[in-house]
Amino acid sequence: MMSGSPESESNPTPALELIDITKRFGGLTSLDALSLAVAPSEILSVIGPNGAGKTTFFNVITGVYTPDEGDVLLFGESIRGVDPHKVARRGVARTFQNVRLFQNLTVRENITAAMYGRTNASLFDIVFRTPRARREERENEERVLDALSFFGTRLQGYRLDQPAYSLSYANRRRLEVARAMATGASVLLLDEPAAGMNPKETQEITEIIGRLRDERSYTIVVIEHDMHVVEGVSDRVIALDHGVKIAEGSFEDVATHPAVIEAYLGRGSAARK
Amino acid sequence: MSTTPEDSRGIGTDEWVAQHGERAQRGTGLYARIGEAWMGLPSLVRWGIPLLLVVLVPFAGSNDYILRIGINLGLFLLLALGLNLVVGYSGLLDLGFIAFYGFGAYAYAALASEQFGLHLPSLLAIVIVVVTTAAFGFTLGLPSRRLTGDYLAIATLFFGQMFVVLMVSSDAVQFPWMDEPMDLTGGANGISNVDQLSVLGFTFDSNLSYYLLLIVLVVLATVATKRIHFSRHGLAWRSLGEDSLAAQHMTIPTVRLKLLAFTLGAGIAGLAGAIFASVQQGVYPSTFELPLLITIYAAIILGGLGSIPGVLLGAAIMTILPELLRFPEYSNWLFLVVLILGTIMYLKSWKLVPAVFAGMIAIGFIANVIFLAIGVPYLTTAEWAKGPLAPVLGSWIFMPEERVLIGNIAFVALVVAVAWMSLLTRRTTIILLPFVLWLAIFTWEVRLMLEPSITRQLLVGALLVVLMATRPQGIFGKPRVEVL
Repeated sequence: MMSGSPESESNPTPALELIDITKRFGGLTSLDALSLAVAPSEILSVIGPNGAGKTTFFNVITGVYTPDEGDVLLFGESIRGVDPHKVARRGVARTFQNVRLFQNLTVRENITAAMYGRTNASLFDIVFRTPRARREERENEERVLDALSFFGTRLQGYRLDQPAYSLSYANRRRLEVARAMATGASVLLLDEPAAGMNPKETQEITEIIGRLRDERSYTIVVIEHDMHVVEGVSDRVIALDHGVKIAEGSFEDVATHPAVIEAYLGRGSAARK
Repeated sequence: MSTTPEDSRGIGTDEWVAQHGERAQRGTGLYARIGEAWMGLPSLVRWGIPLLLVVLVPFAGSNDYILRIGINLGLFLLLALGLNLVVGYSGLLDLGFIAFYGFGAYAYAALASEQFGLHLPSLLAIVIVVVTTAAFGFTLGLPSRRLTGDYLAIATLFFGQMFVVLMVSSDAVQFPWMDEPMDLTGGANGISNVDQLSVLGFTFDSNLSYYLLLIVLVVLATVATKRIHFSRHGLAWRSLGEDSLAAQHMTIPTVRLKLLAFTLGAGIAGLAGAIFASVQQGVYPSTFELPLLITIYAAIILGGLGSIPGVLLGAAIMTILPELLRFPEYSNWLFLVVLILGTIMYLKSWKLVPAVFAGMIAIGFIANVIFLAIGVPYLTTAEWAKGPLAPVLGSWIFMPEERVLIGNIAFVALVVAVAWMSLLTRRTTIILLPFVLWLAIFTWEVRLMLEPSITRQLLVGALLVVLMATRPQGIFGKPRVEVL
């Protein structure tokens, strides 16, 4: 169902749907009855001040945490409490706020490693180099180049065989996106893809997010603090504060929403404006 | 992203800059050229030449002693390759690994000796041993679902130690349904008279046959590991060793793969154990104690964690070096050669080399004069110096009658001097170097040569320290980054 070809836009089932999700850590309610739906091939941005529950939101979807209440649906099927690697196999891939590449693996190996879930060669196949193992090797090679071609020449050529730790910061972020693509997912969760990038690189990553949807029909959820990125890519924006959805709509709607301004700047700021 | 051609020619595509690190590592000069020429050969040749050499060893008129070392090396290589799957790839610090080796050996001994009157056909026994050891490995791997790093190391170390205790104490086990206590393991004496391997009518009854069998097994294990290295499983293991959480999010079932690593590693160790039991024709609990575990770890770390040629070379060094050092005449040469080469490598300047060694020789004669002036009783050259180096060393080294006492003082002085030298500037170090070199040779000849068995461990230890200090990533390992 997932691999490579997400549902067409006419499909009424949301790609991703959260129903009344609550997640508590002891006395702290990190997500409070959060409901939202992302349509296939939609780009949804999630904003909110620090500690609003944005990363918890990703962790609940990807199975790091099981929500205390509520359900998570992926194309209509529940993925609540499913292990992270199975969620990834079913089509949700993510990047991390503090880039978590496999530092000592090369660019090529980082991407190939992420294709574990779409390949089937057993240890027997590998040790005896059966036709299946060889066929998969060839396919993997093509997929690596395909995922990297998305980023122009930045990660190609000699860089393919360099360890991830030797890449520039921006290239590491790009590689993380390429690695997520390589899992074969149709839903991408990007956690602050532009953090630590200069304005030119930020512009670039904004365009890449757009192209991921336009050319590859990915459904994308972006957590981002950089409002240029949010403005540039979002079909829809959701603002979280203390685990509660305080605003939803177009970028302009949310950016000017009194509750959002209050959450960022404190009570009274909206009134004085 | 609009990767226009102008963009791609700009920032971030400078290949020369990006490869600076590699170039710096590659080095220059003769050593690097030989290395490059070697790496330029087809891999079949690169692997084939060492293989041909080891196969030819027994036919070059060698004796059983050398074959025994070869057999030990083969077993050791199997163990190191198995452990590499667990530690080198998946990063699971398994300190109970040696228990699998012991378990395999004991299981084979139980199935093929008079202990229980079982004499199963070798192939059947080995299959049972490998499967049960793998199952044991799976069980011991279960804590790795929750425990990582140091905590896993502590838990597995406990199991490893418990294994030895269990084997020693299971010579009188009282089962409720039996009248007499039963001897399961032979206690501290172990199990002897274990059957030799016999496959398809061919009995492995000579060192040569085991030597060749182990070559075949090591080659098979190496080829298999090499294929796994770049495969989806190898990559999955290596990525979960790098970052387990990220690996999970990239479709990798980390728990299952960790258990698979433990199971496979244990299976290989079990196979090695079974062969060990049949080579020895017996098993004894003391074999499977900590020193062996430490030696295996030293081997794979020395060679470079996760690198296959590294693991093989590390295991070879850790097996052959202590054997070489067993003979005083070899170790004497080895010590002097390593000392001189090490000094030359440290100085990195041909101008300084003669000066330093001239200084060293002068200090030796000055010391002689001082010792004689004080009136320290001494031995004549004929009384102590042996071998081809005798005329040279005999007249230069002052050999006191009180070898132990004076040698001990010199040894402590040497250790303190070497430790403090790391704090000094290069200039001061070079000025002090002749004295320290003389002190090293003096200590060696006076004290260390008296007790070769301790000396050889000291030397292996010193070599490990030096190697790890100069190449922390191991001989063939790639430099690694832990967290950036």
